[in-house]
Amino acid sequence: MSDKSINRIQDEIIEEFSILGNDMESIVFYIMELGDKLELLEDKFKVDSNLIKGCQSKVWLNAEVEDHKLILNADSNTDITRGLISLLVRTLSGQSLDDIIHADLYFIEKIGMNKVIGSQRSNGLTAMIKQIKLYALAYKTKLQQQT
Amino acid sequence: MSERILTEVISANPAMIRKQFPLLDQQVNGNPLIYFDNAATTQKPVQVIDAIDGYYRGYNANIHRGIHTLAEKATDAFEQTRSVVRSFMNASSMEEVIFTYGTTDSINLVAQSFGRKFLEAGDEVIISEMEHHSNIVPWQMVCAERGARLKIIPVNDAGELIMDHFDQLLSPRTKLVSIVHVSNSLGTINPVAEIIRKAHLAGARVLIDGAQAAAHLPLDVQELDCDFYAFSSHKMFGPTGVGILYGKKDILNEMPPYRGGGEMIREVTFEKTTYNDLPFKFEAGTPNIADVIGFRTALEFILEISKPLILQHERALLAHAHERLSKIEGLRIIGTAREKLGVVSFIIEDLHAFDIGMLLDAAGIAIRTGHHCTQPLMKRFGIEGTARISFSVYNTFEEIDFLTERLLKIIKIKRR
Repeated sequence: MSDKSINRIQDEIIEEFSILGNDMESIVFYIMELGDKLELLEDKFKVDSNLIKGCQSKVWLNAEVEDHKLILNADSNTDITRGLISLLVRTLSGQSLDDIIHADLYFIEKIGMNKVIGSQRSNGLTAMIKQIKLYALAYKTKLQQQT
Repeated sequence: MSERILTEVISANPAMIRKQFPLLDQQVNGNPLIYFDNAATTQKPVQVIDAIDGYYRGYNANIHRGIHTLAEKATDAFEQTRSVVRSFMNASSMEEVIFTYGTTDSINLVAQSFGRKFLEAGDEVIISEMEHHSNIVPWQMVCAERGARLKIIPVNDAGELIMDHFDQLLSPRTKLVSIVHVSNSLGTINPVAEIIRKAHLAGARVLIDGAQAAAHLPLDVQELDCDFYAFSSHKMFGPTGVGILYGKKDILNEMPPYRGGGEMIREVTFEKTTYNDLPFKFEAGTPNIADVIGFRTALEFILEISKPLILQHERALLAHAHERLSKIEGLRIIGTAREKLGVVSFIIEDLHAFDIGMLLDAAGIAIRTGHHCTQPLMKRFGIEGTARISFSVYNTFEEIDFLTERLLKIIKIKRR
């Protein structure tokens, strides 16, 4: 569970990437490395209902709520995509539903992700963020109905 | 230039060729660009760019019906391309050269016009397991509409057509065989002459998808005796948005137009329209004039270097790439046909093709990854996709060596 705010984590990520400078190879290798550290998603969650399908890479995203906080688990069949989603999981998993709904993920632009993955795949990342926000909103609505 | 000098120019001094391609002279992600995505589209020599520029600056006008000077100049230039295309593939007349918007468009023309007229319930169309989606989907569409069936020639582990199976598929029900000349995913050169001969004996017509062949292999449609041959300008140094459909005149004459509009008519009344003659009956609407004009200079570029020399250089590159890549542990080449052209598809253990492509791009190397619009073929090999490099006349042995180094580096980092 994250005890840091979304923005604090974003600032940390921006700082980490700034050390890499502009060398594209170092950036991509670093993203791949981040993917290695992402907690593996259990096979039972790798189901079609959790699948976000892109042209070449698949992403499985599982979201659960615990104590008004969204817990995210995700995986991908490609290393680089796994690295990218690890950044989202690091930023958003364990945050409150409201914080996620209102989050402004400026780090993606700040670390120059558009340049690294291209605008088309960047759209994929945006879609993933949207999906996470939708999960947060859906859980919030559900919790409100229960009370 | 003598042949000998030209050989040396390509194999020993590619700078002479490369300097004709302004785009190649650039850095990508801090490295000199290495362009290995030629099967998707080739780069354009400066002559092609200038021809298009010259048309728009000097004589842009709509063609065929205009009587003013610019219209005549544009019409002449446009029809001059038709003449060069005719001789490039040795068609017997200009009427057999139809301008389309690309290979896909050419195949759709045949599927919609020939298919809807001649296919009947129970008829069969034969394609192969290695076809591009462009040579699958148009036939699925027309077969579904006409109640005809699609039959598939399988491929072996090397990525070659299983010809015995083709022999068994051929029957009096076969109306058309539509086969790729060179596979875009594997590089396999198919025995199209044999396929055409056998199909004709069974009474079937044959379309050859030449998208990956026209720029590389000798092309003589009369000697091949194919009924249709389709290819694209942009895969042979020309602009995008121009395709060619060759068709035998007698068959084209029997086929109805499938798009209506300007250019393709003789007379229109609200009661009845009569159609124009070949080739115009299949060229409805204002064509892609500028790019057709540009295409001529692309063909002249190929002819000037000479196709055999280009092929020789590309074969040498292919042999070098096979030699280098096959030594990399964990790398498997998909497509090892005996007859093969400048494409190398490969997969690497524990590395997704997408990751390979992204990491190479970071080093300035442009390759293609994925299923290459041949999903059934990928399924046949039990893979999701491949990383694919494909060569053209401006590629060098050093570029292949650099690629090999980067692949070794990627694998090393991945395994540590």
